Amino acid sequence: MTRAPSRTAVLTVVWAWLLMLLILPTLIVLKIAFSYPADSVPPYAPMLRPGGGLHISTDAFSLILTDPLYAHALLLSLQVAGLSTAICLLAGYPMALGIARSPERWRSLLLLLVMLPFWTGFLMRINAWIGLLQDDGWINTAIIALGLAPLRLLYTDTAMYIGMIYTYLPFMVLPLYARLSQLDARLLDAAADLGAPPWRVFLAVTLPLSLPGVGAGVLLVFIPAAGEYVIPELLGGPQAQLVGRVLWQEFFQNGDWPTASALACTLLLLLLLLPGAIFWAVRVISSPKVASVPSVATEHPPAIQQ
Amino acid sequence: MRFGAVVAVDALDLTVAAGELFVLLGASGSGKSTLLRAIGGFVQPDAGRIMLNGVDLTVMPPYRRPVNTMFQSYALFPHMNVAANIGFALRMRGMQRAEIDARVAEMLELVRLQGFGTRRPAQLSGGQQQRVALARSLAPRPALLLLDEPLSALDRNLRRDTREELVRLQRELGIAFILVTHDQEEALTMADRIGVMHAGRLMQLGKPAEVYERPNSRLVAEFLGAANVLPIVVRNGRIELAGGMPVQTATVTPSDAAWLAIRPERMRLGASNAANRVAGVVVQRSYAGETLTHLVRLADGSTLRATVALGQGLSAAQAGIGDTVTLSWDADACIVLGR
Repeated sequence: MTRAPSRTAVLTVVWAWLLMLLILPTLIVLKIAFSYPADSVPPYAPMLRPGGGLHISTDAFSLILTDPLYAHALLLSLQVAGLSTAICLLAGYPMALGIARSPERWRSLLLLLVMLPFWTGFLMRINAWIGLLQDDGWINTAIIALGLAPLRLLYTDTAMYIGMIYTYLPFMVLPLYARLSQLDARLLDAAADLGAPPWRVFLAVTLPLSLPGVGAGVLLVFIPAAGEYVIPELLGGPQAQLVGRVLWQEFFQNGDWPTASALACTLLLLLLLLPGAIFWAVRVISSPKVASVPSVATEHPPAIQQ
Repeated sequence: MRFGAVVAVDALDLTVAAGELFVLLGASGSGKSTLLRAIGGFVQPDAGRIMLNGVDLTVMPPYRRPVNTMFQSYALFPHMNVAANIGFALRMRGMQRAEIDARVAEMLELVRLQGFGTRRPAQLSGGQQQRVALARSLAPRPALLLLDEPLSALDRNLRRDTREELVRLQRELGIAFILVTHDQEEALTMADRIGVMHAGRLMQLGKPAEVYERPNSRLVAEFLGAANVLPIVVRNGRIELAGGMPVQTATVTPSDAAWLAIRPERMRLGASNAANRVAGVVVQRSYAGETLTHLVRLADGSTLRATVALGQGLSAAQAGIGDTVTLSWDADACIVLGR
């Protein structure tokens, strides 16, 4: 019984935290999205005015739905985030598996190496990439020294993807590692014992049992990547109009807070649908293999063999 | 068709016959599990060869060996249901779906788990999981089944039933079993032959009664069942206890004779016409239902165990704590052991 009050206290803190730092700001953004713009500070009109009446505008959402600029920015963001996530998964899975299978004494060091970039500021690291990628940067200097033609790297999609994958790879590796290191090695022995060569052990045992880690990694990479502003701004070309950049322009260049807020809400909605879809997919795939119940063997005549 | 499996690891030479239930008995760390893993293909022997049916398995990866293992932890795949677990090896062989279903149904029946096909391992009791693990390792009909402490995770009563069940299955299927255990009762009751392992070496090999009644070393005598072990000296070809008392034995005295072992159940409480007798005081009694064991301290301070069967009930066992008793044993109860 002594636990109940402390439990309530902890939950109160959690809910207060969520309310103050997540729910309230979101509601404020939502309110701005439904407000009329105004030449004031802040640049939107109050919903309740002294003259009376509720002033709600859906203009901002109409604009987002009609002007292809926004749909394009959202789609491009989802596409860039999707491709970055896919590459992070393909690169991060072998890394995580390698660390999980390496001898115990090496694992901490390898994990430390994965997390090492976090010791330096994010903007510093992106600036370091500018130094590497720019026309007279380290990479081109090396290429020229080899007698080859220099490449245009900075302010291209390539540079943007390099930045995205570089930045988000640890967020893929860590949850995958957490899952893969928990995998019972005896299951792998059992699969091999029952006639599965290594690649089938991977497909039949390792991969399905690591799916929750894949789901977590995909979410941790995809969600922030979809709203990323700094990387496309600093490394990408002007054509890379991702939703983060458009948001920034609406807020700080056009001063159109309602439109910017409506765009932010639309992005949030899209990103809320994604985890739902992923959790559903993981549940469906990792639910028991639907092997038929062979209670009566003759239920399956040879005619239906595949 | 007959086949034989030859296992060779370092100084260890072992041949298991077709359809034999062979038990490797040893304490933990004796190397019995390593030997099993070498046969399964999970560790590579540094030297020596592993042959099955005339085929050299030594460098063959586990997934190619016609040998299956039933793991101590069962290692059931948690993301597959019982039927998918049992059918795993069959799917890996590319067997037809209908054939797999038929075999899985057959295996479920064999281990008496009909109707459990769609359950997940986590929904089963320990005993049921054990039977699924057994069915899974038997489904591909291996030439040889390796069982690593298959009963160690079960309750005592379930263990006894399962022991009998395993022997029945082994006889029925005619598959050679190599079973690893540290439980001497398990080894004695199940095995066609026992190999006693210690420190990576095979100490003795033989039928259960041979190994029990004629252990070839003090180590085997003490590991397999309880034994009274007394130091002896050989004087003029005669065996004497440390106190100088002569002992009559039924076997030829080995030249390095150093120990005398007598099974507690061969000791008789009270005077009899047996060839050997000593006197002592009962210092402790332990009642085990079927038997009563007396701990008797001799004049020289050593203690001997005498186990009396309680076929007539407890009243038949007369000696109480503090009573002076005579222990006697026949010449053929003496096991003379070398150094």
